[in-house]
Amino acid sequence: MHAHEGAWLLGVIIALPLLGAIFNGLLGPRLREQVVTAAGVGSVALAAVLSWVCFFQLLGESAHDRALQLTLFEWIHVGTFEVDFSLWLDPLSAVMLLIITNVGALIHLYSVGYMKGDPGYWRYFSYLNLFIFAMLCLVLGENLVVLFLGWEGVGLCSYLLIGFWYENKDFAKAGKKAFITNRVGDFGFALGMMLLFSLFGTLEPAAINGALAEGLPVGVKPIYIEVAALALFVGATGKSAQIPLFVWLPDAMAGPTPVSALIHAATMVTAGVYMIARLNGVFFHAEFASHTVLVIGAATALFAATIGLVQNDIKKVLAYSTVSQLGFMFVAMGAGAWAVGVFHLMTHAFFKACLFLGSGSVILAMHHEQDMRFYGGLKKFMPKTYWTFLAATLAIAGIVPFAGFFSKDEILWYSFASERGSTIVYVVVLAAAFCTAFYMFRIMHMTFWGEHRGLPAGHGHGHGHDDGAAHDDHEHGDAHDHDAHGHGHGGDPQESPWTMTVPLIVLGVLSLIGGLVGIPHVLGNMLGHIPNYFHDWLHPVFEHSSVHVQPAYHHNTGLELGMMVGSLAVAGLSIGLTFLLWGGGKDKLYDFFEAKLPWLHARLWHKWHVDELYELTIIGPIVWFSREVLWRIVDEVIIDGIVNGVGAFCKQVADGLGRLQNGDVGNYATVMVGGMLLLLLCLAGYGLW
Amino acid sequence: MMPLEHLLGIAFVLFSIGAAGVMVRRNLIVVLMSIELMLNATNLAFVGVSRALGDNAGHVMVMMIFVVAAVEVAIGMAIVVNMYRQRDSISVDVFGTMRG
Repeated sequence: MHAHEGAWLLGVIIALPLLGAIFNGLLGPRLREQVVTAAGVGSVALAAVLSWVCFFQLLGESAHDRALQLTLFEWIHVGTFEVDFSLWLDPLSAVMLLIITNVGALIHLYSVGYMKGDPGYWRYFSYLNLFIFAMLCLVLGENLVVLFLGWEGVGLCSYLLIGFWYENKDFAKAGKKAFITNRVGDFGFALGMMLLFSLFGTLEPAAINGALAEGLPVGVKPIYIEVAALALFVGATGKSAQIPLFVWLPDAMAGPTPVSALIHAATMVTAGVYMIARLNGVFFHAEFASHTVLVIGAATALFAATIGLVQNDIKKVLAYSTVSQLGFMFVAMGAGAWAVGVFHLMTHAFFKACLFLGSGSVILAMHHEQDMRFYGGLKKFMPKTYWTFLAATLAIAGIVPFAGFFSKDEILWYSFASERGSTIVYVVVLAAAFCTAFYMFRIMHMTFWGEHRGLPAGHGHGHGHDDGAAHDDHEHGDAHDHDAHGHGHGGDPQESPWTMTVPLIVLGVLSLIGGLVGIPHVLGNMLGHIPNYFHDWLHPVFEHSSVHVQPAYHHNTGLELGMMVGSLAVAGLSIGLTFLLWGGGKDKLYDFFEAKLPWLHARLWHKWHVDELYELTIIGPIVWFSREVLWRIVDEVIIDGIVNGVGAFCKQVADGLGRLQNGDVGNYATVMVGGMLLLLLCLAGYGLW
Repeated sequence: MMPLEHLLGIAFVLFSIGAAGVMVRRNLIVVLMSIELMLNATNLAFVGVSRALGDNAGHVMVMMIFVVAAVEVAIGMAIVVNMYRQRDSISVDVFGTMRG
């Protein structure tokens, strides 16, 4: 590895958010909001600047020398097992580093406006900084142990921030649900890690990919690689909310909206995708596991998108949209289109962060009401939020030339044309894309267009959310935020302060132009040899793992272009349908599904009953076993019996011995003399005296 | 010249009387006196054995025990006086307040 002078910058980048977290965490309650802001936002902003410095350092090198390595300290040295706390920046982790620090800095800035006046302001920034630190560990870790440290760290921060308003029992429950669901996945991840170590004797992805570059090493059976890849994918389904472990993400919307944007849309949930890209060599040689990834990804993409069609809570729609988009990324990973998946990860980070922040801006303007049925016509009140939200919506719907168009169309192409792809997967993913455009424009219609419906009188106390899940922000909103923000009830919704609109505008612009760094070759060639900068940048990482396009589709420009036009047409059709339903006229039937397709609506509204299924098959039995066996028998009878028995025994013995200490000095002297005589006798017995 | 056995015999008897006094007497001053008796029984044994073996180390021990005995009496009597002022008694039974 090349030792670069600038590698120490990595240490600074990773230390800054940690220091910010410690500073705010320890001193926060005694600091003014401005100081907390300076430490919290400043540390991440500085890290963002430094990460650009690192990026340009890499850019200055030739393609195969692009790496920075920094060993901070020796961590675990046991026999031949050596793990250092070391950081490693290559083109792949550089992409992640830039996304995390830059989108992270924007969301920190946004949070200043969103969290203003919250009693837990300092706590919030401490957690958020800690999250950035953990996420950087995850992407910069040179070996899987450091990666795992970050992997668990982001899980912890996610838990802390979902349950940030922990006074609300539902929110605290949502945090627990996220944490426990992730444990299931982490178990798989740990197994996969151990298996990889026993196969390769190292935990460094670079070394593992290197060992696999020339085919399977001698003595490594394909089945082992398959099992390791599947175990790692179980970890990815937990962290990245795929079937069957996706249930936690929609509930995770209980956290503050900027958290949803940063952790549950842009960065943490993409960790699974990053991990697969990082270990591309393993998945390249695991054909079956890759097919599993492909199928699960496609299924999740469609499944979550259908649920998103009917939700009325704006954050719920976006949450299912995130699950669905993560499915798209996994489709790319399963098809072996590593760079495409990472590209979609990046564009998704832009437009989904923008969407979540936009929804946060709306939620704030609507006094923490999240039900879109009370929105409408917000375009004229909140122009900045509206235009940026529209840009991000067009991006996620895949309209040319917005960012999502390029990444999503490439995923569609590879799901069909890759050696690992198939027509069925393509159709499923295309259907998911149709749903995506539909639910996103449903949000547009319900929120920004049409008449402003407004909040009913006595808002916040009477009207019921019928799904009863942990998404209700009202209690908190009424308790803490209203006066601090200075809105009065009854007035028109107002545009958010500049700290919130500036990140929105930056992300909105990125949603518009962010895709231009990765124009597919087929389009680039047509428009005059524009290179695909993004693929070229990542090429050294994936060059030994390239999955080829099926020979029949190779260089089939017409087909690829035709499919692009086709997917554009599908999106256009979907958008047209929303205008047909909710476009003109006064009498808009926003609950179209409920009225016309009640059976389907009920299934979708209850999320295909997955939560109930888990409750019945897994949670119920575990709770019963815990209560009836572990509690009533193991705890109350066995453990309590042992503990109480030891106590009672000691008390009995002590009572007996206590009688000896009767306070009579003469008695003590007698015992002493008796003991002395006994000792003498013993000595005599042994012939020593 | 007295045989060593006689000397040790006297020392043993003196020690036993002292030990019995510590064990059975209630009066603190008598208890202190009994301790004194035990210490001097030891002294006697030290001197006798020292002479019999022609080793002066025993004499040195005796000097030290004298010092210890003097200190013990000084502090012991001070305690006894203070106890009497507090409780109007110098019987050991009165001070058995630390029983378990």
